[in-house]
Amino acid sequence: MEDFIKDIRSQFPILSTKVYGKDLIYFDNGATTQKPLRVVERIVSGYYTTNSNIHRGVHYLSQRATEAHENARERIRRFLNAPLASEIIFTRGTTEAINLVAFSFGEAFCHEGDEIVVSVMEHHSNIVPWQMLCERKKMKLKVIPMSDQGELLQDAFQALLNPKVKLVAITHVSNVLGTVNPVGEMIQKAHAAGIPVLVDGAQSVPHLKVDVQALDADFYAFSAHKIYGPLGIGVLYGKSDLLNRMPPYQGGGEMIEQVHFEKTTYNVLPYKFEAGTPDFIGSTALAEALDFIDEIGLDRIANYEHQLLSYANEELKKIDEMRIIGTAADKSAVISFLLGSIHPFDVGTLLDHLGIAVRTGHHCAQPLIDRLGINGTVRASFAIYNTPEEVDVLVKALHRIKAMF
Amino acid sequence: MSINETQDAIIEEFSEFEDWMDKYQLLIDTGNSLEPLDEQFKQTQYLIEGCQSRVWLHADYIGGKVVLKAESDAVIVKGIVMLLIQVLSDRTPQEILDTDLYFIDKIGLKDHLSPTRANGLVSMVRQIRNYALAFKLKEN
Repeated sequence: MEDFIKDIRSQFPILSTKVYGKDLIYFDNGATTQKPLRVVERIVSGYYTTNSNIHRGVHYLSQRATEAHENARERIRRFLNAPLASEIIFTRGTTEAINLVAFSFGEAFCHEGDEIVVSVMEHHSNIVPWQMLCERKKMKLKVIPMSDQGELLQDAFQALLNPKVKLVAITHVSNVLGTVNPVGEMIQKAHAAGIPVLVDGAQSVPHLKVDVQALDADFYAFSAHKIYGPLGIGVLYGKSDLLNRMPPYQGGGEMIEQVHFEKTTYNVLPYKFEAGTPDFIGSTALAEALDFIDEIGLDRIANYEHQLLSYANEELKKIDEMRIIGTAADKSAVISFLLGSIHPFDVGTLLDHLGIAVRTGHHCAQPLIDRLGINGTVRASFAIYNTPEEVDVLVKALHRIKAMF
Repeated sequence: MSINETQDAIIEEFSEFEDWMDKYQLLIDTGNSLEPLDEQFKQTQYLIEGCQSRVWLHADYIGGKVVLKAESDAVIVKGIVMLLIQVLSDRTPQEILDTDLYFIDKIGLKDHLSPTRANGLVSMVRQIRNYALAFKLKEN
């Protein structure tokens, strides 16, 4: 194990957990990452030292909390290289961010007969909100197909772009296949047809550098808990010219300017989309997680995880009847597989008893699993604290499991 | 053997193994020995959908007894299904309704019958009880 990984691992107390008497190997990072001490400490110290409702408070604590919250917003702006901090909207996570756009963008720009384009490899969170919009507005959902390797078919995508399409919503990285989609190029194609693009960044931001201006993404969403941050908070980046033309998603405190029974006027960005008391403890803990990441360096993380993925890929392939699901040229830290004809549930259950946490099933991407003609996969998804030694344990475990059937 | 005698026999069999993997090996062997369900019963109306694995269950009422046949697409689940059939099939509806299924807990497989496990087994047990109740009501 490399020294810098040893040092990183020491910041994650949960990694020394014993599972059924075995050392925990946590390969379920695509579902959620573990939290470094400093993030947990930031949450605790937030409650101990700064807790107070933010904005409009005249007292000392409220101002401190407001400052911390707005500094976190600025920190996220810098992380995504967004032009303005007011374009960073706090949500409960990626799912809520997409729902926000599906509702508010839909209200502002979509009409009967219009279309939304998604891809076949989307997580349910980037399908269902659009289906709900399509139902509400009598619109059609169109789907970008993919190759057997798990790469979106770019010609088919181009052919779907027509004046009826109001928005393209695609994932940056597939949570099942690990495919890194060429979102920059796809955004250019969509923009050439005058269509804005939402990118689901839930699986990308922990693994690769994202620059929303370089991508020219119109909306970009991610969740804190998948990037070493706390649960229950996420981010929607949106271009202000679009956000300004969209109505609020939820009503309540914070998002208003003036409330009268005759008429209520709404606050400016980003507050217009942040009804209710914001999770300022969560936002500051997310900022801490981003500091953790940037101190290691996303390039270094991407490089290390890529090596780990290649190693896992090579070692897994040596197992008889191993079938890797998703063999795109550009992949991130996810490896899905099937072991002979053994059901993923059986493999996952046995791996669990050997101390290895993986995810099995359809991974909230049923249309993708249907497209592949399988009943699910076993998925190992990596984070910066995983090691080649852990991959060796996985491979050994899979040999043992295979012999049991 | 009565229902509880069967449960105790299963507990006895599993108690020989300390290592989890040995218990699972027994479960896999049990699952593999389960006679495949007739294709005519592997239809939607017999399907108990779990999030991860699926179970098909068919119940007949023959000579006052409930006869169960079932299968799953996952072998470990199939093993547990087989054990449930050993315990609950060929029993009167009243016997099934009165049963306290303690063996699952005792052999350390309680997790598989937790509602969050999503493997279809919780629904299967519920469905067996529903069949028993329906046959009993029909009888009366």
